[in-house]
Amino acid sequence: MTVDPWYALGDPTRRRVFAQLAHGPCSVTEIARHLPVSRPAVSQHLRVLLDARLVDVRPQGRLRLYQVRPDGLAQLRNELESYWNQTLTTFKDVAEQTYAATTPTMQEADTP
Amino acid sequence: MNATPHEPAAVHVEIIVDVPLDHAFTVFTEQFDQIKPREHNLLPVPIERTVLEPRAGGTIHDIGTDGSICTWARVLAYEPPDRLVFSWDIDPRWQIEPDPARTSEVEVRFIAETPDRTQVVLEHRNLDRHGEGWQNFTSLDRGNGWPLYLARYRDITTQTAVNTSASAGS
Repeated sequence: MTVDPWYALGDPTRRRVFAQLAHGPCSVTEIARHLPVSRPAVSQHLRVLLDARLVDVRPQGRLRLYQVRPDGLAQLRNELESYWNQTLTTFKDVAEQTYAATTPTMQEADTP
Repeated sequence: MNATPHEPAAVHVEIIVDVPLDHAFTVFTEQFDQIKPREHNLLPVPIERTVLEPRAGGTIHDIGTDGSICTWARVLAYEPPDRLVFSWDIDPRWQIEPDPARTSEVEVRFIAETPDRTQVVLEHRNLDRHGEGWQNFTSLDRGNGWPLYLARYRDITTQTAVNTSASAGS
């Protein structure tokens, strides 16, 4: 079952659990220590965050560590892709203009 | 409209320019000031100009209208007319990343297609090195932090929702 992440973070306690994880991977016990919530309640909230694919869990020794999923990468990629697309488009304009300007006889090559 | 990324921690962009190889390289490196988008200014004042020092070991820096300097890249390779590599010392929140271990890098290759036409291929890679940058929103639990962070998730979750069949379990 997949849970809508907006729904998952609509709950203030879950938001605090999520925020705690955003500072670094934590076990259930560690999260419960920082929040006025029982361990079973924390587990419940983590289940919802897991189903919303906002967090991951991995075993470490006898502990299960929860962490924020590193999908923020997708957003970063989008931003950079748009940044570099813009850069290369401007580059093409400048390169072609300056080349035409430095070429005394106009290129026979057809202009687009 | 993105193609399926073969390398999730990299961005590939390319373009064909109707100029010779040498000219393409020269314009990119000598007139970087003109071609770099300005909307992501890391200085508190407008940018007067951007300087790309044309040598390995040089830097790329913005100079503000008040003379202040923001160095946001280190030139790692300068090999005219084929190749330019520089680091990207900017974190995912568009702030300077002082730790080189947490920076990515940009390689620009210039390939002659014909004597008058050059292909320019740009790869921005090792994005995963920025790692925790987008996870360390200290104000996440209050104020503007978490909605911003969540907005970053919206796209990916709608994408993954499509090909997720079993996310429960374990």
